[in-house]
Amino acid sequence: MTIRTEPRRVARPLAPGREVTDALVVAPSQTTAGRARGVAPLRREGPEKLTGEAKYADDLVFPGAWYGATIRSTEAHARLLALDRDDGFDWSAVVLVTAADIPGDNVVSLISDDQPVLVPVGGEIQHHAEPLALLAAADRATLRAASHAIRPRTERLVPVFDPLASEHVFAHYEIGAGDVERGFAEAELVLEGTYRVGHQEQLYIENNAMIAVPRDDGGVTVHGSLQCPYYVHKALKRSLRLSDAQARVVQAETGGGFGGKEEYPSILAIHAALLARRCGRRVRMIYDRHEDIAATTKRHPAVVTHRTGIRRDGTLVAQDIDVVMDGGAYCTLTPVVLSRGALHAGGPYRCPNVRIRARATRTNTPPNGAFRGFGAPQTQFAAETHLNRVAETLDLSPLEIRRRNVYRPGDQTPTGQRLRESVAGEEVLERAAEAAEFERLRERTRRARVARGAAGPGATPLATAHDRTATGIGLALAWHGAGFTGSGEVKLASVVSLELTPAGAIRILTASTEMGQGTKTIFPQLVADALGVPYEAVEIAPQDTAFVPDSGPTVASRTAMVVGGLLLQAAARLRGRVEEATGGAFAETYPAWAAVNGPVRIDQRFEPYPGVHFDDETYRGDAYPAYGWAACVATVEVDLDTGEVSVLDVVAADDVGRVIHPVLAEGQVEGGTLQAVGYATIEEMKLEDGRYLNDRLATYLIPTALDAPRITSILVEAPFSGAPHGAKGVGELPMDVGAPAVVAAIHDAVGVWIHDLPATPERILAALGVTARPEEPGREGTAPAVRAATDAADTAREVREPIRAGTDPRPEARTDPLPLRGPQPEGEPDWPSEDDR
Amino acid sequence: MNVRMLVNGAPVEIDVPGMRRLLDVLREDLGLTGTKEGCGEGECGACSVILDGQVVDACLVPVSQADGSTVRTVEGLAPTPGGGAGDRRLDELQQAFLETGGAQCGICTPGMLMAARAYLDAGGGPDEAAIREAIAGNLCRCTGYTKIVEAIARAAAGGAA
Ligand code: FES
Ligand code: FES
Repeated sequence: MTIRTEPRRVARPLAPGREVTDALVVAPSQTTAGRARGVAPLRREGPEKLTGEAKYADDLVFPGAWYGATIRSTEAHARLLALDRDDGFDWSAVVLVTAADIPGDNVVSLISDDQPVLVPVGGEIQHHAEPLALLAAADRATLRAASHAIRPRTERLVPVFDPLASEHVFAHYEIGAGDVERGFAEAELVLEGTYRVGHQEQLYIENNAMIAVPRDDGGVTVHGSLQCPYYVHKALKRSLRLSDAQARVVQAETGGGFGGKEEYPSILAIHAALLARRCGRRVRMIYDRHEDIAATTKRHPAVVTHRTGIRRDGTLVAQDIDVVMDGGAYCTLTPVVLSRGALHAGGPYRCPNVRIRARATRTNTPPNGAFRGFGAPQTQFAAETHLNRVAETLDLSPLEIRRRNVYRPGDQTPTGQRLRESVAGEEVLERAAEAAEFERLRERTRRARVARGAAGPGATPLATAHDRTATGIGLALAWHGAGFTGSGEVKLASVVSLELTPAGAIRILTASTEMGQGTKTIFPQLVADALGVPYEAVEIAPQDTAFVPDSGPTVASRTAMVVGGLLLQAAARLRGRVEEATGGAFAETYPAWAAVNGPVRIDQRFEPYPGVHFDDETYRGDAYPAYGWAACVATVEVDLDTGEVSVLDVVAADDVGRVIHPVLAEGQVEGGTLQAVGYATIEEMKLEDGRYLNDRLATYLIPTALDAPRITSILVEAPFSGAPHGAKGVGELPMDVGAPAVVAAIHDAVGVWIHDLPATPERILAALGVTARPEEPGREGTAPAVRAATDAADTAREVREPIRAGTDPRPEARTDPLPLRGPQPEGEPDWPSEDDR
Repeated sequence: MNVRMLVNGAPVEIDVPGMRRLLDVLREDLGLTGTKEGCGEGECGACSVILDGQVVDACLVPVSQADGSTVRTVEGLAPTPGGGAGDRRLDELQQAFLETGGAQCGICTPGMLMAARAYLDAGGGPDEAAIREAIAGNLCRCTGYTKIVEAIARAAAGGAA
């Protein structure tokens, strides 16, 4: 097997204070002691997935199971007056469950208790597709007929769709360092901009699915597609009033999650369990694609406004950032998403004076929730696009402005966190730029642009006679806090267990789920390495709350770093215990020792990383134990007639601390990169009256193999000393950088900045002044007056130049001295105007 | 209606409504759950099977249309289909997917393998553009397609890459 990784391209260590590690590729069969890698083992559950034997929830057969369905609201905001039943229908053939039948709390347990399991009669419907009642029947036809025979009677209430106008605030934060006003006073240029991103659907290919089985002890077991068994467990216990043992959660093989199966499975499990208890039978609730898109959580839309003060040499002196996220109708994980978004909002840059104000509000749209990146992709799209505009204004290369400002070891973040180690922003930046030949290609695209501009009279603003397409290259850089935000990990106090049975089986017990990212492969790999035994000798127990301890949710790229780290500690203890007793190497002596002394179980609980402190009240301190760093260079081709964008090539450099499994890590980078490319170019939820219009796969498009760029991943290692293996996680990094890199490349190609994602042909043509402006992302029902008001924030950018004969409205030859001055009075733009939309 | 098919080499005769989806017949009536459902409307390719040599979306095919046909599903790829745990053999395409990392969550994998198998059986080579074209109807949300394309190219080149 060949492992394709990039050779080290730079001789000198770019992150000072640490050694340049060896090449990643280790000769097959040669395992380096103490380092969790070597020859990468094959995916543990790979053969089952490749032969069709793997059992996803819908593949599980439960004889005699009934089918369950959800009656949902068709209004965004209303009072539920009654659930009218058609008398002509034979109701004896079905089971109906309403809020009145919930034995425990009518609450989906998470952060806030605002979301009901089912809206009670007399209660308020807060969003379209909200669950009102549940039905189960022996066959699908009866179920369908029954769902037509029940009609919710409602009284309409006034909905709120605009997150900026909503007065219901789920969470707000203010993070500050230095003195922003003084910073602006020192600045030689001040640049403002507003950036908007809309909903994004996780679009795992396997829809949400859950099967509930009643238990003899009055409890219920659920089998489902899910990321976090103990979230579901907790939610079931509370709504059904069950003991720990009465609620059992078993993860079926899971066909992708990306955050979309973090909190949503809880409500689905409660629904299935309520029906199962009511009819005393097993009940299957398998969503179809339409229901999954219409009802489940999405990435939060956001409006981010930046005001940045810079010195002539490109040094950042002040950042004033305002973030508004749309939480949807219920709180779900919004406060945490917002927190991560806010903490990353400035980008990976040193700036002495920072103010970040962030709030998330309620709208009458389906609740938004976790999606790979968790708030950071939204705010870093804005930060990176804005920085690129700053660079353009200063006539600095995007690479150069980043070199001048990127965090280095010793720098302080806005929360006052000193970045002591594992700081690799510069390294990923240089590696990506070099591998992609960023500056050389950028010079080439610049010349092409100039040539197009010189095409002379007769050339349209877009296509000239000979050029039908324009190529551009763009760069982005990001950081991503590893693991939970703030004191989350300490509060969670995760536990893992390692078991040695008398028969000599070594078994890993964690609640960390496999959803394609490789948990079931890297855990045995880490433990085998720590024990000095072959990979095959280590088993992994099923993710079933009846067996495994609560090792926390499988989110926040924490699995490899936190849970993997705990396993290494447990393995070291087991090894020590056996070797102390036998005096021999673990690998040789454990079978005999276990036969006499087994079974042995080692429980390992999370201990705070030394020297890492965060104050949740003041938002000061170490927001994350360490950060991962990501850079991305994208090359695009823009069709000058249609405005369509093809992303041709992406070079991604990601610092993951330590590469545990190169193939799986690359797989994460490649998959995350394509999700980011989709976010940047085609993925857009359209809303009307609070309902997703394009709630099918035919209308919500994700990239196909033909849309996907060639992706080169460069894995960089700046280990985190707090984790025994140095790993910082990989899953979310690529999601932060893809979209701003693509938007920068579009700008490089055609000369306009796209402020709103996705950069659809409509937005590009509108930005070029060819057509009218399309809707803003993530919003709808915006009255013209409201829109004008929100645009006021953009006044500084409203003066535009007519598009000249070329395709590039930028002042190409910037021979004049730069129009640099201090802070500008509101509404008076002072930088070279450009077409902003 | 009475439908006869040759499924993974085995003759099958089954009495089902003619409009029943081939996908449901495979998954529910024949217990072949390797074929997946991602959208039920011909958009994702998770339900791809090979019907008389052509890749089709089994969610769009009424079983009456498959009467008298040969159907191949993911369960029929390996040389020893259904060979239980101990002897789980993979064909060279499956092996290439396993080694390159072409399957992550695995839900698109059966359909992807069938599209790739049809491409290889039709004489497709290791050319990247042709491979991307061949799997354009099969969505994958996990891999970014890079390693899937690599796996198919490796299988096309005879396993040695
Ligand atoms: S399930 Fe058949 S194409 Fe999606
Ligand atoms: S591997 Fe998950 S969708 Fe393809």
